[in-house]
Amino acid sequence: MLKASVVVFPGSNCDTDCYHALKDVMGMDVSYVWHKERELAGCDLVVIPGGFSYGDYLRTGAVARFSPVMESVRKHAAQGRPVIGICNGFQILLEAGLLPGAMLRNRGMNFVCKHVWLRVDDTNNLFTGSLDEGSLLNIPIAHGEGNYYCDADTLKRLQNESRIVFRYSSEEGSTLEEFNPNGSVENIAGILNEQRNVLGMMPHPERATEDLLGSRDGRRIWESILAQTR
Amino acid sequence: MIAAHGITDAEYKKIVQILGRDPNFTELGIFSVMWSEHCSYKNSKPVLKTFPTEGPNLLVRAGEENAGIVDIGDGLAVCFKIESHNHPSAIEPFQGAATGVGGILRDIFTMGARPVLLMNSLRFGNLDTPNVKRLLRGVVSGIAHYGNCIGVPTLGGEVYFDESYEGNPLVNAMALGIIKTDEIVKGKASGIGNPVYYVGAATGRDGLGGAAFASKELSEESHEDRPAVQVGDPFMEKLLLEACLELIKTDAIVGMQDMGAAGLTCSTCETAARGSTGIEIELDKVPIRETGMTPYEIMLSESQERMLIIVKKGREKEVETLFDKWDLHAVQIGEVRDGHMMTVRKGGEIIAEIPAKALADDGPIYVREERRPSYLDDAQKLDLESISEPADFNKILKQLLDQPTIASKAWIYRQYDHMVRTDTVFYPGHDASLIRIKGTNKAIAVSTDCNSLYCYLDPFEGGKIAVAEAARNVVASGARPLAITNCLNFGNPMKPEIFWQFHQAVNGMIAACNALGTPVTGGNVSLYNENPRGAIFPTPTVGMVGVLDDIEKRVSSFFSKEGDIIFLAGETFNELGASQYLAAAHGLKKGLPPRLDLDKETALHDFILAAADRRLMKSCHDLSEGGLAIALAEGCFNPVKSIGAVIDQLDLVTPRMSDSKSLRSDALYFGESQSRAIVSVNPDRKEEILKLAKEKKVPLYQIGRVWGSELVIGTKINLRVDEAKEIYDNAIPRRMAL
Repeated sequence: MLKASVVVFPGSNCDTDCYHALKDVMGMDVSYVWHKERELAGCDLVVIPGGFSYGDYLRTGAVARFSPVMESVRKHAAQGRPVIGICNGFQILLEAGLLPGAMLRNRGMNFVCKHVWLRVDDTNNLFTGSLDEGSLLNIPIAHGEGNYYCDADTLKRLQNESRIVFRYSSEEGSTLEEFNPNGSVENIAGILNEQRNVLGMMPHPERATEDLLGSRDGRRIWESILAQTR
Repeated sequence: MIAAHGITDAEYKKIVQILGRDPNFTELGIFSVMWSEHCSYKNSKPVLKTFPTEGPNLLVRAGEENAGIVDIGDGLAVCFKIESHNHPSAIEPFQGAATGVGGILRDIFTMGARPVLLMNSLRFGNLDTPNVKRLLRGVVSGIAHYGNCIGVPTLGGEVYFDESYEGNPLVNAMALGIIKTDEIVKGKASGIGNPVYYVGAATGRDGLGGAAFASKELSEESHEDRPAVQVGDPFMEKLLLEACLELIKTDAIVGMQDMGAAGLTCSTCETAARGSTGIEIELDKVPIRETGMTPYEIMLSESQERMLIIVKKGREKEVETLFDKWDLHAVQIGEVRDGHMMTVRKGGEIIAEIPAKALADDGPIYVREERRPSYLDDAQKLDLESISEPADFNKILKQLLDQPTIASKAWIYRQYDHMVRTDTVFYPGHDASLIRIKGTNKAIAVSTDCNSLYCYLDPFEGGKIAVAEAARNVVASGARPLAITNCLNFGNPMKPEIFWQFHQAVNGMIAACNALGTPVTGGNVSLYNENPRGAIFPTPTVGMVGVLDDIEKRVSSFFSKEGDIIFLAGETFNELGASQYLAAAHGLKKGLPPRLDLDKETALHDFILAAADRRLMKSCHDLSEGGLAIALAEGCFNPVKSIGAVIDQLDLVTPRMSDSKSLRSDALYFGESQSRAIVSVNPDRKEEILKLAKEKKVPLYQIGRVWGSELVIGTKINLRVDEAKEIYDNAIPRRMAL
């Protein structure tokens, strides 16, 4: 059974949602890892959940990267094992330097919570390996700082190396500006590191795993991880 | 000095009598906040006492604790409450609203319950004015800031706009938590010698005397009271929440009380009063974040995110270790004492010594004078003959869809994380918000409601309707109403006309609560809501909570399938008084609001719940502001995919009127007659639902079907759904963009 660790920082608030989705819905073996711990208990997958770690008072994710647990997350990633950072988790991975770029306030300055469509633009990785390129996923976002930004060179590398996994799009897959909910460069919703084992994404796949909640498209990401790590 | 503390001569005499001497400055301050309207309900208590508070499932009744608790079966209970933060929000909308959310959440987790949802009921002036936009923006982002950070979904609520709230907006925040029935924590200090701990944020000068500030009218000088507005730290509260809930599982504590209004003063004397004990604290041990704070300031500070915890003697280490894990500082500041005194020391010296019970429970009670306001004579007069029916109903519908009170509130609720915790099944925009309870088949439905124009024109009927409509919303989702919490927002109670409104509205609510079997579990009173031009509309906001035992039997508010038959349940009368139509199309806020017959209302609820139980309905949507036309339009605005409706059998809707006048078209299309709902049904189930309606004695008219992409109502309305939705969606954003 796939063993997943959900990292809990003070201020994490999607930790229990990830736990529920992975364990009760997807059937993984899931445990919480408190941020003061230094061991990841031999897990296969590390999940850095959403929330407001340390209140996000300095800058989103800026304090969390100094937590003891992040050293182990770094090691885990360096060994080529999968790490997924969702929302605040993505912001933490950016601050920790595990992914390139930075987050700005949403265009329009407001927090945005709604269902959006994502187009899958890369499948050469274990998070979307079971999906077809161009697949469209209905998954909610909920953030105030999800406006992804990086310099031109970084963007070129992300494009050339096909590391942009998810783009905000229309239900039909159009990535016109009007389907960009936060002003992200190139409609970026999720990116990979160079080794393709660390994924950061703003949308919440753990919130889209049951029909009762309006969509189960998030499952396809978890199913892909399960299939690819088997 | 006594008058500056808002204490009357008679009250001062009572204080001297209780103490057997004159109070010192600190003691005077303590009495002043504890005996303010906000803490003591001195003006409202005689009326509040008349609310029905008994019910078969009530585990904690109104007034006993921080919030009421209702059993929902399976060893679970819900704990909920609504509270106002009006005055702080008028002065500093962001922090005022944010700390309102923080305060109501503490009331819930203090009881040991895990907060699972937030709602709010907001009232502003006319949205076309710059100051109202500033207030709306500030309040919404303050609510979002606090709720989103702490990770409790904000599931909407209601928002009204009316000139009467200009300068005195209302911000009522409601929270609901879930608790195992055997884990309820009391805010009680018992066990002589048990240590008293202070946990959470350090004490500063913020919010000094906030409770007293909330108990007077706002004036041109109110902005000078800004220090009376607290500053919130949702991150600190998140840590407190998790730590406190973890602490409860250890069984190491006997009581817990948050420091809300009147801070340290209120929490110490209330815990002692409930436990019938004494309590002693040493102010030198209280964590302070500003230098040179006097005992007076420490006792009266309303700094946020602080808790008082009564620990079992011998378990101190365990408690300290737990808070240490969450990087929270827990310090012992005193202990539970024999006797009945609240003793406050500083550096060992006694600073204040007051009988706790006298302070908490023996405050003055006033029976205020009441008089029917003279404005009613003219305002209730409405001669329908003089109101001509509009030529263009399409235009009226568009006008109503563009009213911020009626229009989509997505601009607001999209700023709230309404999905965190992955329990939200019905998002904001439904009649009631609905959350599941993981590990069970149950769901909880919640609705907040109050039509304050109705209350202004007839507070008794308005209060009745507020309860009935909140219940109808919950019923429309398929859930059975359990109980209510209320937030009673009125003007200055010293004015007999205001007190009359208050008393009438409460009487109306009581009538509805009794008929619907939904007792009051608690709430809050906010008086003195006036600006220099006068009082707000009377606004007794109701927070209704219901339970759905099988979540698979939930009912959507929206049409979903072409061919489904649309029924109108309930009777329509020539009732246009107090309607949104009359205000928007004729510029009149006049007339009597619609009459509510409680027998018909309960019959409608029985019918809908039975139909939901047999899964006869595809959707059910209550009729309210804007009447039938707006309800049909809203039914078409399915968030998954909009769909049209063709209403071609309206002529079957016949009035049963005593005066044998025929039903006016504007009353049929836009009137707000009560106890009605729009129901859509698969054609296969038509006979079954008609039979059920007959059994339940509810008139059920087949009026049309779900079809196409247009909204066609009789011969008078024909509008593309996407065009209607565009107006409805943009009403608030377009005003906020200006």
